[in-house]
Amino acid sequence: MWLTQSSIGRKVIMSVTGIALILFLTFHGCMNLVALFSRDAYNTICEMLGANWYAVAATVGLGALVVLHFVYAFILTLQNRRARGASRYAVTDRPGKVEWASQNMFVLGVIVVLGLLLHLWDFWYNMMFQELIGATGQAHHLAADGYHWIEQTFANPCKTAVYVVWFAAIWFHLTHGFWSALQTLGLNGKIWFNRWKVIGNVYVTLLMLMFVVVAIYFAACGGACCTGCC
Amino acid sequence: MATLESKIPAGPVAEKWSNYKAHQKLVNPKNKRKLDVIVVGTGLAGASAAASLGEMGFKVKNFCIQDSPRRAHSIAAQGGINAAKNYQNDGDSVYRLFYDTVKGGDYRAREANVYRLAEVSASIIDQCVAQGVPFAREYGGMLANRSFGGAQVSRTFYAKGQTGQQLLLGAYSALMCQVNAGTVELYTRYEMLDLVVIDGRARGIIARNLVTGNIERFAAHAVVIGTGGYGNAYFLSTNAMGCNCSAAMACYRKGAFFANPSYVQIHPTCIPVHGDKQSKLTLMSESLRNDGRIWVPKKLEDAKRLQAGEIQGKDIPEEDRDYYLERRYPAFGNLVPRDVASRAAKERCDKGFGVNNTGLAVFLDFSQAIKDFGRKEIEARYGNLFDMYEEITDESPYETPMMIYPAVHYTMGGIWVDYELQTTVKGLFAIGECNFSDHGANRLGASALMQGLADGYFVLPYTIQNYLSDQITVPRFSVDLPEFVEAEKAVRDRIQKLFNIKGKRSVDSIHKELGRVMWDYVGMGRNAKGLEEGLAKLKEIRKEFYSNLFIPGAAEGVNVELEKAVRLEDFILMGELVANDALTRNESCGGHFREEYQTEEGEAKRDDENYFYVGCWEYQGSDDKAPVLHKEPLEYEAIKVQTRNYKN
Amino acid sequence: MAKNISFTIKYWKQNGPKDKGHFEQREMKNIPDDTSFLEMLDILNEELINDGKEPFVFDHDCREGICGMCSLYINGTPHGKTATGATTCQLYMRRFNDGDVITVEPWRSAAFPVIKDCMVDRSAFDKIQAAGGYVTVRTGQPQDANAILIPKQDADEAMDCATCIGCGACVAACKNGSAMLYVSSKVSQFALLPQGRPEAAKRAKAMVAKMDELGFGNCTNTRACEAVCPKNESIANIARLNREFIKAKLAD
Repeated sequence: MWLTQSSIGRKVIMSVTGIALILFLTFHGCMNLVALFSRDAYNTICEMLGANWYAVAATVGLGALVVLHFVYAFILTLQNRRARGASRYAVTDRPGKVEWASQNMFVLGVIVVLGLLLHLWDFWYNMMFQELIGATGQAHHLAADGYHWIEQTFANPCKTAVYVVWFAAIWFHLTHGFWSALQTLGLNGKIWFNRWKVIGNVYVTLLMLMFVVVAIYFAACGGACCTGCC
Repeated sequence: MATLESKIPAGPVAEKWSNYKAHQKLVNPKNKRKLDVIVVGTGLAGASAAASLGEMGFKVKNFCIQDSPRRAHSIAAQGGINAAKNYQNDGDSVYRLFYDTVKGGDYRAREANVYRLAEVSASIIDQCVAQGVPFAREYGGMLANRSFGGAQVSRTFYAKGQTGQQLLLGAYSALMCQVNAGTVELYTRYEMLDLVVIDGRARGIIARNLVTGNIERFAAHAVVIGTGGYGNAYFLSTNAMGCNCSAAMACYRKGAFFANPSYVQIHPTCIPVHGDKQSKLTLMSESLRNDGRIWVPKKLEDAKRLQAGEIQGKDIPEEDRDYYLERRYPAFGNLVPRDVASRAAKERCDKGFGVNNTGLAVFLDFSQAIKDFGRKEIEARYGNLFDMYEEITDESPYETPMMIYPAVHYTMGGIWVDYELQTTVKGLFAIGECNFSDHGANRLGASALMQGLADGYFVLPYTIQNYLSDQITVPRFSVDLPEFVEAEKAVRDRIQKLFNIKGKRSVDSIHKELGRVMWDYVGMGRNAKGLEEGLAKLKEIRKEFYSNLFIPGAAEGVNVELEKAVRLEDFILMGELVANDALTRNESCGGHFREEYQTEEGEAKRDDENYFYVGCWEYQGSDDKAPVLHKEPLEYEAIKVQTRNYKN
Repeated sequence: MAKNISFTIKYWKQNGPKDKGHFEQREMKNIPDDTSFLEMLDILNEELINDGKEPFVFDHDCREGICGMCSLYINGTPHGKTATGATTCQLYMRRFNDGDVITVEPWRSAAFPVIKDCMVDRSAFDKIQAAGGYVTVRTGQPQDANAILIPKQDADEAMDCATCIGCGACVAACKNGSAMLYVSSKVSQFALLPQGRPEAAKRAKAMVAKMDELGFGNCTNTRACEAVCPKNESIANIARLNREFIKAKLAD
C-alpha cells in the first residue's frame, strides 16, 4: 500500500489528517463563539453532541485522526533522524527562508497533544464520558451543561494562561501545517506558494482568535456579564 | 610497427560516410552479447558511446575518475552546439558547416572526418531533443539559435549558458538507463593507469580504485578512450582540476601515435589571472562576443593610467577607444575565430595597451548593447555569466566593462585515429577531445560538443563493429594472462618509484613551474629559440620531479597527492610533445603561432607546401628518448586550400 | 585592490565511514581576499604537505560552479554563504573577515557516508537517476527536433529544473536528510516536456521508490533545501513530484 510504504504516501496521511483536523477546529471554533451570545444555544449544541450515536461515532473518528496524525508524525520523525545519520554538524545556521515552526513541528505537536489531554480532562471527561458511563445525579446534570464547564475552566487564571499558550502552539503548528499540507498533496506551485501562505496565515490566525477570544472573555468576566450586559 | 593508414572511404566527400555504413561489417545481436568493450571517460563522447554501445547489446564497462559520470568536464561548456539544420533560413547547409569548420581549423583537419561530422550534426540535435534536453526555444515553440565565432549563419543551439551541462546530462541519463538495464557496468572513482596490449591488440586496462587504492585489471575485446585533452599541462587553464592526459599518455606509451600536439587553443574570453595562488581560469562564454565589444585605449598614456589604477574604463571617451577587432576584421568583427581574437589581444597587450594592473587584459564592453537593447534584455541573455563574473572579480559588468584575457582552453591535438576512430594500436579507439581528427589547428566555438556527441552517438558505435566483427570467435579474456600481470606490476612499480623519491616539494609546486614554462615558451606566441629553451627547462623540471617530489600518505586508500603526482609525470611528457611538435612545425596555423612565420599585419602565415600534414609522434620506449615524427599527408578533394580571411 | 586577511580554520578529518572523526585547526595568515575558498584550502594543503603531513581531502573539480563536485559545509551553510547562491568553488575570501573562525564540515547524512575527511559518497544520486531519470530513446535517427513544438515557457521552466548540478547541498541542509529537491527537479524537467510524458508516471514511482530504499528521509517542507540550492531550484518542483506521484499511484 503506497500510503504507508512510500515517503510521499506517509506524508499524504499527515496532510489529509491534518486538513481534517483543521476543519474540525473550524467547526469547534464556530461552536465556541455561540457561548459568547447565549448559554442556552450553546448548551443545545452540547446536548446534540452528547452520547448520541452519531456524535460518538464522530468522536471516535476524530480520535482516530489525531492518533493517526500523531503516530505518523512519530514514525516520520524517527525515520528522518535515522536518515540524518549519527554525526551532527558542529555549526548550523538557519537560512532566513526557513520558518522556525517548520523545523519544530514535532515539538509543537507534542505540546498540542499535552494541551489536548488537559482539554479532554476539563471538558470531554466531564461531559460525553459521563453520559457514556451513565453517570447519575449532579454529574449527569452537568454533563450537558457545557457552558458551566467553560466558566469553571477559565475562572482559573493559571489555566487560562495554559490554554492561551496551547492556542499559540497550535497557531505556530498550523501556520506551517496549512500550506505544507497542500504542498504535500501537490496543490502548490511557484505562483500559488505565496497565495497559499497568505491564505493560510489569515485563516489560521482568525481560527485561533476565535478560541482566544472565548477564553479571555470568560476569564475576564466569568460569563456572568454575558447575560448581564450583552 | 604501426602504420598510418587513414582508411578514408572512396567516393565523393558527401558520399563517403553513407558508403562506409553501407559496406562496413556488422555484428549480429546474439554475438554482441559475447563482446566486451571498455569505455574510459564519461564526458559527452564517453557517456554517449557507452550508452549507445550498451543499448546495441555489447557488454560495456565504463570508467570515470569523478564520483559520478555527470561530473565530466563537458559539463562546463557554456555557449552551444553547432548543427547544420538551417532552421533560421539563413543559408546554412551541411557543406557550409563542413567548410566553416575546415576553414576555422586553418586547413589542417582531415576533410572526410569533418564532412562526416557536419553530416551527423543534425541528428545530434534530434537525438538530444528526444532525450528531453531543454534547448532554448522561440515563442512559437521552435528551437532557437545564436551565432558564434567563425560563422556567418546562426546555427548554434543552446540551453542558457549551460549547453554542455544539458547535453552531458542527456548523455548521462541515457547512460544511467543502460546501467539500469544491466548492459553498462559503471566504475566511478577509478583511474586508468595503463593499457594492456596482447598480440598487438588492446585487450584491457589497469586502473586504480581511487577510494581503496587497489590496482585492478579489466579485460575486454576493445578499449575506447574518451578522456579529454591535455590543457592542464599549462597548470592554469579553463579545464577542471582533475582533467588530465594520463590515459592518453598510457596509450601513447603503448604504441598509439600522438597527433598535432602543438595545436592548443587559447580562448580569448577568460577572466584574467589575478595572483600566484590562482588554481584555474574561468571562461566567459564566447557568446558574450555577440553583444560585447572588445577594446583597449588608443593612447598609450590612457593604458598606463588604467594599469596604475588612476582611471577606469568608463572614463575613456568613445573616440579614444580602439575596437581593434572591428578595425582589423570588418566582416567578422568581434566574432572572429578564437585563435585570431586571442592573438589580437596578445598583440595589443604586448604593445603596452593592456588595461589591468598586470597589463594583461582587454575590455569586453556591454555599454553599447545595454544602450541598444536595454539592461533587462542583456540580463536575460547573459545574467548568469555577469553574476559569475561579479562574484569572482567584485565588479559589475553592467557598470564597468568586463576585463578578459586569453587562456588555455582546448587541445585540438590528440591521439591519432583513422577514419574509424581507431588508433595505431588495433582495438584501441579514441573519441572526443582525446583524438585529433576534426578541428585541424583551431576549433570553432560550439564545435567541441558537436564532435563529442557525433563520435559517441553516431560514429564510434558503427565503426567499432567493423573491428569487432572478426572478434566474435575470440572468447572473453582472463585477467590472469601474463600481459595483465606484467602491466599491473609496472603500475605498482611506478607508484612505488614515486613514493620512494621522498623529496621536499609538493606536486602542485612543480606543476605550477611546468605551467609557467609551458605558457612562457610554448604558449600563444612561439619561436624556435624559445621552444628550445623551453625543452631544456622541461628536462630540468623532470629532473626536479624525480629528485625532489614528496607524496605524503600511503598507496592504499584515498591519496589525492599520489593521483596528482602520476598525472604530473604524464603532463611533463605531454609538455615535451607539444614543444617538439611546435618546434618542427615551421609555420603558423590556427592555435599554433610561430612568431617567425607571420605576415606584415601579424596574421598567421601557413606553409602548405611543406606542412600540409598531420604530425604524428611515436614513443620510443622511454620518457627520456625523443619521440619520432611520422607524417600523414592531408588530401583535400572538396575544398580549395587558401589563406583564411575574416576581413571581408 | 585585494587586501589580506588572517583567520582560523577548523576542518574535519575522518578516516573512512567507520572512523569517528575530529576537527583540526590551523591559523591562516595573510590570505589575499581575492583567492577563492578552494584556493585558500590549496594554500592550507601546501602548508600541511610542507610540514610533512597528509593534506585535507575534499571533492572539487571544475571550480566554476557547474560540475557539482564540491561539497563543503562552511560555517553552518552548505557551500558557504554567497550573494546569489553558488557552489563552494565560487565562494571568495572577501566574504570573510580578519579574525574569523571558519568551520568546514562534510555533508552529514546517512545516505552520504564519508569516504575521507570532507569527501563523501554520493553514488546514491546515481542510483536514483538510474531508476528512472531518463527518457527511453534509442540512439539513431528520431524525428526532426522541431517536429514537436514546445511553448517557450515550458521549455524555460524545464530548463530551470534541469540546471540542478546534483551536488547534494539539499540533502546536507535538510534536517530530515531528504533528497526530494534533487529527485523532484529531475522528475519535473521531464514532466514538463512532451518527450517525457509517456514515462512520467513510471518515472515518478520508480525514482521515489529508489530514494526511499536508499535511506533518504521524508520531506517536511522546511525549505532549507531551496534556501541553500546553488542553482536556485524551487520547492515548486517538490509539489509537482508529489502531484505526479499521487496521480500515478491513484491510477494504479
